[in-house]
Amino acid sequence: MSAVAEQPRPPAARHQPPPARPSLLKRLIGSEHLAGWMFVAPAVILIAIFFLIPIGWSLILSLQANNLLGSHHYVGFANYNALSKDHVFRSAVGHTVLYTVIFVPISVIGALGLAVALNRRIRGIRFYRLAVFTPLVTSTVATGILFLWLLDPTFGLVNYVLHAVGLPQQQFLQSPSEALYCIVAMTVWGWLGFDVIVYLAALQGIPEELMEAAEMDGASRFSRFRTIVLPLLSPATLFLVVWSTINALQLFDEIYVTTRGGPLESTTVIVYYLYQQAFQYFNAGYGSAIAYVLFIGILIITLVQMWVGRRRVYYTS
Amino acid sequence: MATIASLKDDTFLAIDDPPPARRRRLPFSPWHLVLAPVAVVMLVPLVWMVILSLETKSEAANFPPVLFPSGLHFGNYVTTWNSVPFGDFFLNSLAYSAATVAGNLLFCSLAAYAFARLKFFGRDVLFVVLLATLMVPYQVLLIPTFLIVKDIGMVNSVGGLIMPNLCSAFGIFMLRQFFRTLPVELEEAARIDGTSRLGILFKIVLPLSLPALATLAIIQFMWSWNDFLWPLIIINSATRDPLQLGLATLQGAHYTEWNLLMAGTVMSQIPMLAVFLIAQRWFIRSIAFTGMK
Repeated sequence: MSAVAEQPRPPAARHQPPPARPSLLKRLIGSEHLAGWMFVAPAVILIAIFFLIPIGWSLILSLQANNLLGSHHYVGFANYNALSKDHVFRSAVGHTVLYTVIFVPISVIGALGLAVALNRRIRGIRFYRLAVFTPLVTSTVATGILFLWLLDPTFGLVNYVLHAVGLPQQQFLQSPSEALYCIVAMTVWGWLGFDVIVYLAALQGIPEELMEAAEMDGASRFSRFRTIVLPLLSPATLFLVVWSTINALQLFDEIYVTTRGGPLESTTVIVYYLYQQAFQYFNAGYGSAIAYVLFIGILIITLVQMWVGRRRVYYTS
Repeated sequence: MATIASLKDDTFLAIDDPPPARRRRLPFSPWHLVLAPVAVVMLVPLVWMVILSLETKSEAANFPPVLFPSGLHFGNYVTTWNSVPFGDFFLNSLAYSAATVAGNLLFCSLAAYAFARLKFFGRDVLFVVLLATLMVPYQVLLIPTFLIVKDIGMVNSVGGLIMPNLCSAFGIFMLRQFFRTLPVELEEAARIDGTSRLGILFKIVLPLSLPALATLAIIQFMWSWNDFLWPLIIINSATRDPLQLGLATLQGAHYTEWNLLMAGTVMSQIPMLAVFLIAQRWFIRSIAFTGMK
């Protein structure tokens, strides 16, 4: 409704006969209903075709045997049944959960410490910040290639450093027992800057008077951090935990570039297995079932995190 | 400037105040002891990428790694550029990023304006439905979207890359929130003067929303430029690869030639790095914004 229409009418208007009603078409044109729909139409069409329809279609696909090339028939819950017995899928879930459980705390806690260190005026702080932020704009593929070399068992820099300080050399990405941890290190390097930026922005939102008042009252540095900074950062922490978890559960690019799920399937994560099933073995139905299990899993985990977080997060407003 | 000002503050305090009880023993802030090693760890991979790209094949495959190459072999860049259609990779990535940024700015602005300012039938339900799509992980959409793009005959084309990414619920939501913070009086005045709604959007609302538009543009640009999974699925000929997929192709071709592979990696990262260094403040603001919702 435009502001003109909202202005109070003069009381006399009530007693006048109603003006002749313009035709329906005329009322429609120029009404906010039509204008509104015209404005949203392109977006709604695009989102309907590429988001809403696929969401439903994916569910239907997951109840089909489908080879991506046109041949398909309904199989009920057979894909989901097979999935529950598929040991590769089970271990993919295991790898994904293990990765997430290590990646999220390391990146969130690491970023918190780093943001606190970076939130001060010392010489060279711009350089330090730049150093921490730059990996963020490095693509996941480039990150993968860089770490393939850094962690190469024969030529890599990391093994050279281990050698130089007298530690045993490692197989890293080529060892089934080490590869997943190497992926953690690689992705922490690549994503840490994001978490640091979010924390830095939150830190800079803390009013200085608060810190000064606490200092006057004799609060130590540590207790100021624990009782003022941490609670005020808690919304950022909740966001980062939820966001990093969602991203970690969807890990794919770095795996594709470095290990392709190997060695011995030790880094086969859920999305990599989905990709293999759908686009290498052309089991689109099975792949869709994996996607839906992932969707439900992410939904449940996110809701639990939000529910637990809500009670601990301190909102100022 | 900030560092100079704070240095002055320090010396000023040092003269006026008695030395504090816990006096610094170091000639520099102890925070350097934390930050310097972190900076080294963050930068070494990138620095070594450049070093390797300038080495000979044998230097790049040497153990221990060669820190100072015998010469600066820029020829690696030429060899790499010619061994795969690198020029095409750039153009494809540019088309992909530019089109999706433009599409998002246009379609999200239009929709966001309607959601923020117009009352139309079904608005609130529609908005909730759009928001709900944000909850769905990308992978759920992947297979059907591939089938849809196949049905409209756009598999293995840059258009097929672009189409599904022209508009995002995230962009609509973000711009709507921003538009709602703008004072409505200006728009009402223009409306009374007879400006059309489209005119109001383009002449009044959008010029006032440049920070939000820049944020959306940067987030979408970073996403499209570094996107890997969707191109991997939809593109199957090297001349249509965007940069990141092309880089993976290059990795397959030069698996053991680290110098050439790194030259390609450097070239693929330069555009984004350059944009980041130039527009650093905007990048950081955009990323911080994502975390403030």
